[in-house]
Amino acid sequence: MSAAVSRIREPLILGHKNYHQITEDLVGPTEKAPNALWIVAFIVAVSTLGYGLFALTWTFYFGIGTWNTNRTIGWAYDITNFVWWIGIGHAGTLISAILLLFRQRWRTGVNRAAEAMTIFAVMCAGLFPATHTGRPWFDFFMFPYPNTRGPLWVNFNSPLLWDLFAISTYFTVSLLFWYTGLVPDLASVRDRAKGVRKKIYAFVSVGWTGKAKHWQRHEYLSLILAGIATPLVLSVHTIVSFDFATSIVPGWHTTIFPPYFVAGAIFSGFAMVQTLMVITRKCFSLESYITINHIESMNKVILVTGTMVGSAYLIELFVAWYSGYIYEQFAFYNRVLGPYYWAYIGMMACNLLSPQVFWSKTIRRSVWWTFFMSIFVNIGMWFERFVIIATTLARDYLPSSWSYYWPSWVEIGIYLGTLGLFFTLYLVFARVAPVVAAAEIKAILKQYGDQYLGPDAKPHQHHDHHQDEEEEDVKHGGGH
Amino acid sequence: MKGQHKEVLFGLYNDEIVLMSAITKARKQHLDIMDVYSPFPIHGLDTVMGLEESRLHIAGFIFGMIGTLTALIGISWIFGGSLMFEGDWPTIFGGKPYWSLPAFVPIIFEMTVLFCAIGMTVVFYIICGLGFGVDNPILDERITDDKFCIAFQTNGMGQSDIDHLNGFFKKSGAEEVHTRTI
Repeated sequence: MSAAVSRIREPLILGHKNYHQITEDLVGPTEKAPNALWIVAFIVAVSTLGYGLFALTWTFYFGIGTWNTNRTIGWAYDITNFVWWIGIGHAGTLISAILLLFRQRWRTGVNRAAEAMTIFAVMCAGLFPATHTGRPWFDFFMFPYPNTRGPLWVNFNSPLLWDLFAISTYFTVSLLFWYTGLVPDLASVRDRAKGVRKKIYAFVSVGWTGKAKHWQRHEYLSLILAGIATPLVLSVHTIVSFDFATSIVPGWHTTIFPPYFVAGAIFSGFAMVQTLMVITRKCFSLESYITINHIESMNKVILVTGTMVGSAYLIELFVAWYSGYIYEQFAFYNRVLGPYYWAYIGMMACNLLSPQVFWSKTIRRSVWWTFFMSIFVNIGMWFERFVIIATTLARDYLPSSWSYYWPSWVEIGIYLGTLGLFFTLYLVFARVAPVVAAAEIKAILKQYGDQYLGPDAKPHQHHDHHQDEEEEDVKHGGGH
Repeated sequence: MKGQHKEVLFGLYNDEIVLMSAITKARKQHLDIMDVYSPFPIHGLDTVMGLEESRLHIAGFIFGMIGTLTALIGISWIFGGSLMFEGDWPTIFGGKPYWSLPAFVPIIFEMTVLFCAIGMTVVFYIICGLGFGVDNPILDERITDDKFCIAFQTNGMGQSDIDHLNGFFKKSGAEEVHTRTI
């Protein structure tokens, strides 16, 4: 059964590819020596990671006192970065799970890289809650296990514990989903490799042979994992927002937080996918697989979610005024016009205003605009988390404890370190595994290849695909 | 499979639609297909081959339910306050009842998803016989690239049967026919 193919839909695979060319284009890059650009990028990423490790060691040695967090602003850079990374980690599962359920075929061009990005982003995110405890060697206290302290259990009513469960589950499910999807492509690499590389890939491709029954189960597994990952991805950022929303701090204690955080997460996640995809398609010459059409689709998602987030900002202001609750009103007055007004302006400019340029089709389809916009959105979403977390705490109920926060070099170092970790892992991944899911691209070739769909297509392919037309394909399509 | 050699006669096709019609023909002729291999999942292949629907989702459901119960019973046993458990270490948080079910929902949900995903994935690898270090015989290295394969087991077959299979491959559009012992 093929999906109904629209005549106005654009092809997703350009260049009249056949199956073998797809393998060459997608598996090929893992077999070549890295180019100079990759090596430079890798050195930069690893050095940044090294600096991050130094800052982290410094923190563990001298303690949290090396950070500029204080008694008033107890959560600042650490939790801002945690929420930022978790948000970025949302796009992968959104692309792979929700778009799979919605049968959005353009996901096949970007899902692999987006899922990898998710896993790396969640790893970076996890670092912050783990270190902000100050004594990370006691972090195992967070897990419920029978212990010698009572037994005193963890607080199952606390959003912080829900978060621990949500993020560990999210990481595990994303990893299983990603790796299982990767197995057939690793088998492709294995079957082309020689010597030691073949041995390594034979080990990691778990003995995949492409049996019909295995493919059937593989499809089932992907579909059901997608089905459970969809509510999961929505739950994760909902629970992150509970960390704030269940408190009594004005500016945090709002019911709009869960949908607003989820929309923001998708927004920032897609922006990071765009940043990576624009670079990846250029470096690995994947313009035939990650087409302008893909970029435009993602820009539409950015426009929608950016506008959702923007309306949430405005509704928050309205509700603060309308509530008649003076502390809430002050919290928002302070957010907009207080000492951190610059962060608020940055957030509004990058998240609400700048994505509006995507109403223009020319800009949506421009690679340069996309790249710069994606950076803007990443910055804007970082500001959003900073605005919510640090500026709210800076002016609390007790004016005598009002404070101002600016990160220390150690905190900046840890943040840069996570960026280094993220790019190091992504660069390694892009070298050792196909960054675009080759098997999935092959599976949609006959529906979305430009020789079958769009202006270059053969006329007989323009009907709905049914059994009788597939007989025709035998005659015409067989020779490719 | 262990200890016993399989003699396999297999044909390689260049296109999945030719492959599908070949499978239909083979089934009409009551040829006993050992297996079909392809570089990507082919829509409708399981119907053409007459494969049963996978029951993996049942495993997923059962594991999910185990997760739900683990979380619900675990938390209830620890905090008590319900009819069943007096509590391992009942604690009052925010003046709420010991057994405050709505607050348990997030963890119950996450555990359901976690158990379902891990259980189903592990079952998938076990029933497919896949896993790190598994070295399954590969009929042709181009099957993960662009070739589609129908394989017949020919142990103990007479020459006339093998000729018949060769004839089938030729007529059904196979590009190459090979034999291998695995």
